Amino acid sequence: MIREFTSAEVLFIVLAVRWTLILSAIAFLGGALGGLLIALTRTSQSKALRRIAAGFIQVFQGTPLLMQLFLVYFGLAVVGLPINPLLAAAVALTFHASAYLGEIWRGAIEAVPSGQAEAATALSLSYTDRMRHVVLPQALRLAIAPTVGFLVQLIKGTSLASIIGFTELTRAGQIINNATFKPFLVFGTVAALYFILCWPLSLLARHMETRMRRAITR
Amino acid sequence: MFSRPVDTDRAPFREPIMTEQAILMRAVNKYYGAFHALKDIDLTVERGERIVICGPSGSGKSTLIRTINQLEAIESGTITVDGIELTAGGDNVAKVRRDVGMVFQSFNLFPHMTVLENCVLAPMKSRKISRTEAEATARQYLERVRIPEQADKYPAQLSGGQQQRVAIARALCMKPRIMLFDEPTSALDPEMVKEVLDTMIDLAREGMTMLCVTHEMDFARAVADRVIFMDNGVIVEENAPEAFFNNPTNERLKNFLGQIA
Repeated sequence: MIREFTSAEVLFIVLAVRWTLILSAIAFLGGALGGLLIALTRTSQSKALRRIAAGFIQVFQGTPLLMQLFLVYFGLAVVGLPINPLLAAAVALTFHASAYLGEIWRGAIEAVPSGQAEAATALSLSYTDRMRHVVLPQALRLAIAPTVGFLVQLIKGTSLASIIGFTELTRAGQIINNATFKPFLVFGTVAALYFILCWPLSLLARHMETRMRRAITR
Repeated sequence: MFSRPVDTDRAPFREPIMTEQAILMRAVNKYYGAFHALKDIDLTVERGERIVICGPSGSGKSTLIRTINQLEAIESGTITVDGIELTAGGDNVAKVRRDVGMVFQSFNLFPHMTVLENCVLAPMKSRKISRTEAEATARQYLERVRIPEQADKYPAQLSGGQQQRVAIARALCMKPRIMLFDEPTSALDPEMVKEVLDTMIDLAREGMTMLCVTHEMDFARAVADRVIFMDNGVIVEENAPEAFFNNPTNERLKNFLGQIA
């Protein structure tokens, strides 16, 4: 029997937005922590540490996110953990976000003039104080716009979690489409919902970029 | 050497310990890859001594003073600051940095902090002084470099000369025993050079041990106990200012003085 595409079906899809948001939030927060670690490692004094971080970035930027999802999803079973789509998606997206945010923030840290760290060093500030009070606050201002830009990519990237069976926005659309056979209507709705999530963020990123540029040229 | 008048009510520095030299450099070598930047440098700086270092660009003069607080690590030799050997490991480097202030050519103020915040950060974090005490000290030094009214402004709102005076105050807030100046007036517009030099002259008159890399020869004549000329990573000539400027013996120094005069 073919179901109609009624308000109940629309509601089902709209409610699935929360899983897209939850997955995005986990991946972004996890990626922020991981990314900070990667960025600091990439800019550290130790050559070995820098290489390890560079390797991590290359692996996760050089392979498709979908393969990372598959590997983590099936890898969980190999290490004896229960197969759980949310856990697998969260772990894979966290690694993915760590690599990209790590690279964005490395660039931002390196864009802070070296004299800043030198002055802090000459004032006998420890590495932690130097980073926390001098370098990172300045890097953060440079990094905000590209970070928000990456968040948009990340939200759209969560749609891949549908393939390992996690019922977020895209998977909800597939389920409804399988019952209603109204692909244009269903996926149009899904796309519109992604757009509603991402458009304001894109605007915000652009706004911050122009503000940033003005602040620099002032 | 300590016979110059010291204005006592404006001299908040600790009593110098007279038993040992401020800085001892022995057979110091520094390389940048294959480039030999410092060649077997021997230098002794007495407490309270004011030294001006000059020389052509690339001669190693900036590198020399940057090894004293280990902004540049050295490949061989020993550097002892205030009786603490830099190269001996442990937290010696951190100890030395607490007692050695540095002023840079490009000021290097922290642009995201107000002038006051710039001045209190290191005393609070590295000397573990309370905010109240650190702010009181900061205001006192801002007064001394004659910009107390700028305390709540951001560096970008100040002129170059004012920024450099803030940088001097920021370094003084750590109550250093030694001050290093790395071409402090080279990035300044000509009309602002004097205000920074006057601040440095005040500091010199109060008995601070100072090493200044600068081409301001009037400053050298006014306050230096000794002027050092470097070329190609070597100390070529050193002398009291009078003899240094009037009777230079080295050919390269004669050339150099001819060019900057």
